[in-house]
Amino acid sequence: MDDHASSSRRSFLAAGGTVAATALGGCLTSGGSGSDTLKLGIIEDRSGNFALNGTPKYQASMLAIEELNEEGGILGNEIETFTPDPQSDNQRYQQLTRQAINEENVDALWAGYSSATRETIRPIIDQNEQLYFYTTQYEGGVCDSYTFCMGATARQQLGSVLPYMVENFGSDIYTIAADYNFGQLSADWVRVLADENDANVIGEEFIPLSVTDFGSTINNIQEADPDFVMALLVGANHTSFWSQRTSAGLDIPMGTSTVMAQGYQHKRLDAPAMANVYGGFNYMEEVPTDRNQEFVERFYEKFPDADYINEEAVNNYFSIKMYAQAAEAVGSTNQADIIEELENGMDISAPEGDISLQGPVHHMTHNMRVFRCDEEHNITVEDERKIPEQFLSETVGCDLTENEMTTQYTPADYYDEADTTQ
Amino acid sequence: MNPLNLLFQVADSFAFIVLAAVGLAVIFGMMGVINLGHGEFIMVGAYGTTLTANAGLPLPLAMALGVLVTAVMGFVIERTVVQHLYDRLLDSMVATWALGLILTQGARILFGNSIPQVSTPLGYIQYGPYSYSTYRVLLAVIALLVLLGLYLVFTRTEFGIRARATIQNPDTAQALGVNTERMYTSTFVVGSGLAGLTGALYAPTLTVVPGMGSSFLVEAFISVVIGGPSVLLGTTLSGGLLGVINSLFTNLYGTFFGQIAMLLTAIVAIRILGDGLTGLANDIRDRLEGE
Repeated sequence: MDDHASSSRRSFLAAGGTVAATALGGCLTSGGSGSDTLKLGIIEDRSGNFALNGTPKYQASMLAIEELNEEGGILGNEIETFTPDPQSDNQRYQQLTRQAINEENVDALWAGYSSATRETIRPIIDQNEQLYFYTTQYEGGVCDSYTFCMGATARQQLGSVLPYMVENFGSDIYTIAADYNFGQLSADWVRVLADENDANVIGEEFIPLSVTDFGSTINNIQEADPDFVMALLVGANHTSFWSQRTSAGLDIPMGTSTVMAQGYQHKRLDAPAMANVYGGFNYMEEVPTDRNQEFVERFYEKFPDADYINEEAVNNYFSIKMYAQAAEAVGSTNQADIIEELENGMDISAPEGDISLQGPVHHMTHNMRVFRCDEEHNITVEDERKIPEQFLSETVGCDLTENEMTTQYTPADYYDEADTTQ
Repeated sequence: MNPLNLLFQVADSFAFIVLAAVGLAVIFGMMGVINLGHGEFIMVGAYGTTLTANAGLPLPLAMALGVLVTAVMGFVIERTVVQHLYDRLLDSMVATWALGLILTQGARILFGNSIPQVSTPLGYIQYGPYSYSTYRVLLAVIALLVLLGLYLVFTRTEFGIRARATIQNPDTAQALGVNTERMYTSTFVVGSGLAGLTGALYAPTLTVVPGMGSSFLVEAFISVVIGGPSVLLGTTLSGGLLGVINSLFTNLYGTFFGQIAMLLTAIVAIRILGDGLTGLANDIRDRLEGE
């Protein structure tokens, strides 16, 4: 990256923004990213399909920024925000991302819930060399010089819960997954991990996001009679599966990486819909540590009416703090400098525990736990260990400190088990 | 393939399609208004039911309240908006679509992104290694009862006769002393109430969120289009046909192909049958009577 060109382009845009703001507003108090403020873009869904998941992300971001401002901001600068509601609409995301970069001149950007959204805006991010944090747990494989993926990958989430399920329930797995890139790639990871743990995938079903009726899926699972099900369901329509499996009497244990920690189904659905569901996540509100309890209290003090602190919300929270830590360390808000600083790796004290950034791959080593939901919808932690990002670092050999890249790799390129084209 | 599984799934699909479509079909068939807010009317029924059930009301009573709330809302909407848009098909589509958006966002503002759900009652039926939710089987029975009830209302009651007269020829009906304006209002209220009933019935089985209405729309519109002009016959026939096709393909090849098969059926049916299944049924009846 050409630092000089990048920073002079930004200065030009800042100047342009200032002129525009002056012309429009008649007077100028603090336009754009001036010398004594800095601006963070937080573009998270508060309406539309992902409102349920996006709202806690927005709230936790506001908490982090408020806490930083109370401590004197970043480098003594008060943090300003650009926080429009993208309404779960990918076109709006593109428009707002352009606005955040070109007009609002944000110093760092947090945006988007789904992988589809991330892939929609990533070309704009890369083209503008914009420092970007994607915080949802996701299928993995994004090796991008400007994108930092703060959520756990499928290999981390499934890699914590799948071995636990095999050990406790048996080796025959039935996978049901949402029928789009996230679900397909996650199902590939189930196959790869099944192979690594001497288990077998005896059935697999991909379900369109619009489906609300799971009668035939439930019958198919009963026919296959697996030891456990890996349920990689996504979205409001698929949530119907859980109450339908209970009302149909399907009592096979379920592993998941996609429910409870994100959409807090154990809080929304009547017990025992989520009984015997085991999730591999880096965070749930119920993490039983003092540090987390303190965080939960602070969160609800600021947002008394909030529904739940989901996995993604804390990813937003700690990554904003991490950004601040990097800016303070490097003594600048220049994006290229901060990216370079982050690529050295960094230890973070997060609500989930002490975790660390793997600089060369822009991913986190997370504190992964297996959470169990019981008949009364109480959550307990069954297993806990640190799991680093492995696919990019070990299998692909992605090293962003050496090579500039903007690619997403998929498991099918590296594992026979994941290659369904054979 | 287990024949009982298939039977239950056909019944399930039939119930879903019929109940999703029936309110839409009544309003479109009787009044020529395409209610693009139909899915959101269903959502209102589901919210009415879930919220009152959560407040401690027994489920059947909560469902009745869900229906009532939607019917009253239908009345208000007809009086304030829809009555000015009769004979303006496109205008009424835009207006009802906008109403749908307002209802979705209104529900989000009032009740948040989600509300605690009610669990499905009645347990399950066990047969061999399989089991099926009793409540969902009951829904098929209710769908049939709704169709039967509508048939009786529109053929055996004075309201039904007046309503049908209004549809066939409003001027003549008015000349004969029928208050056509009131008939339109009543029909819209009945259609809204039926949408509310669908929401109430599915509230314990689906996820009750502000955007839930959209999950009913595809089935409802396909069913009405394939069904053709006759509300009852059309809805029954298309519910039956689409129910069998959807569950057969879902059973054989998975949910994705179930949906594809249903959409392909719609394309073929619209291409071949100009007047939908009702038209086909009428042709067959005319031919039989002609012989």
